[in-house]
Amino acid sequence: MAKISIKGQLDSVEEFERTPVPERHWKGWGSFIGMYAGEHTAGTEFVIGPLFVAHGVTVSGLIFGLLVGNLLAVLSWAFLCAPIAMKARLTLYYMLEKICGAKLAAIYNVVNALMFCFLAGAMIAVSATAVGIPFHLSMPSLNDWLPNSIGWIITVLMVGAVTTVVAMFGYTQVARVASIAAPWMILVFVAAAVAVLPDLGVKSISDFWTVANAKIWTGAPLAGQSKFTFWHVVFFAWFCNMAMHIGMADLSIFRYAKKWYYGFSSATGMFVGHYIAWIASGILYSLFLMESNYSAVFAPGPIAYRAAGIAGAICVIVAGWTTANPTIYRAGLALQSIRPKWKTWRVTMVIGMITTAAACFPALVMKLLDFVALYGLILMPMGAVILMDVYIIPKMGFKANYAETFNKSFNIAAALAWVLTLGFSLLINIYFGVEIFFLGLPGWFIAAIVYLVFSWMIQKSKLQVA
Amino acid sequence: MSNLILKIISFAGLLLTIIPSFMVFSQGMELNTNKYLMLLGTILWFACTPFWMNRNANN
Repeated sequence: MAKISIKGQLDSVEEFERTPVPERHWKGWGSFIGMYAGEHTAGTEFVIGPLFVAHGVTVSGLIFGLLVGNLLAVLSWAFLCAPIAMKARLTLYYMLEKICGAKLAAIYNVVNALMFCFLAGAMIAVSATAVGIPFHLSMPSLNDWLPNSIGWIITVLMVGAVTTVVAMFGYTQVARVASIAAPWMILVFVAAAVAVLPDLGVKSISDFWTVANAKIWTGAPLAGQSKFTFWHVVFFAWFCNMAMHIGMADLSIFRYAKKWYYGFSSATGMFVGHYIAWIASGILYSLFLMESNYSAVFAPGPIAYRAAGIAGAICVIVAGWTTANPTIYRAGLALQSIRPKWKTWRVTMVIGMITTAAACFPALVMKLLDFVALYGLILMPMGAVILMDVYIIPKMGFKANYAETFNKSFNIAAALAWVLTLGFSLLINIYFGVEIFFLGLPGWFIAAIVYLVFSWMIQKSKLQVA
Repeated sequence: MSNLILKIISFAGLLLTIIPSFMVFSQGMELNTNKYLMLLGTILWFACTPFWMNRNANN
């Protein structure tokens, strides 16, 4: 979920921050295929797969739900994000500044930075579950929201401190480690799951479906967990990266693409990380459940260690760390864009401290599905605003890039689209009980309509005066 | 030439990470042996790969 390899390199190319990427810097398929495969096999995958098991997904619900949801995610990258990226060849942040104005873009950056902090916090907690193995750390449980022991807090603080210090020194080397680790990490996921299949009772491939139904994705949620259906899986798989595709964060990546259809390269991330890795981590968790008599303990480290030994524990640490580290760095950059005079290392240190404090709370890991859905939902309306501004606003006879055209620092139409969408989502969540995973779809239409209506109201009077 | 050797060792590391698990599945190997081989594969991969993969990232 976090941008790691190619994006790190792209970030260092500062001359394209506020100009379209020139043709000589456009990249081929290979860069995007590798980046997406690596980026979406990360620490989060050790949590999401098991949480599907905990939420009582059925085997058919998982297999077909992931197929449909991941396909929709790939189509969103290919048909919504990549074509706009090719057309403008600008970063998300610069496009937002042109459309929404510097002040609203700054608010977006702060919100984005906060979301990054919590995501990185969850990954520090995931790494801590592996670091704590030799110390026989008391691991958190599925229903834990608060830290369960002093040992947990100390371990998290240690992991957080190391992660923050490394991030303060920049993240070129971390990005490099992440890209080197990616192919190995994917294989560890697969190997760990394949190796424990006999312990679950799968003696041949033909046994898999029967055993998966009976012992892995049984359709029965664990105590205290809500029941997930096929539709939960579809919408989660589609919207867990909503900020990136429909929310347009990956404009920053696809602005380097030679062709719009490179958006389909996201399929490597979806069908390796969000399909194979989620299934693999679900298999590992179900073995843990079976052997622990359905214990509520939820700790990716010991689960991977049981299946793959020290290599499995290292994989959890590396996956968590290589996701948390660039995420902290990125959160720092987002904040620094508001106050360019702040030293990067100081901002990163403050972000690291907030992140580490957040990581002490196991709720971040246990509620990762809800958090990831919320993360996408909160940032999605700006993607709808950009899409409308690029394709529809000019056809209505109005000016695109409102803030730049009219020299404004705050586009009220975009702000209202953002706030009203989130208000509407909250309303139907509270009063109609619609779960957070399903709010993104109606929310997108609300954001688009509100933006068009208020743009029409604002620009009509301005154009009449002109 | 040395680059080629490093690449061969790296890929041997990846093979050691994945292949033994299928032998465990086909009941041709103990799970503990697989864990040691995965660790060996991990060491080989991380010891050799940084010398040839994404070296330009240093710049």
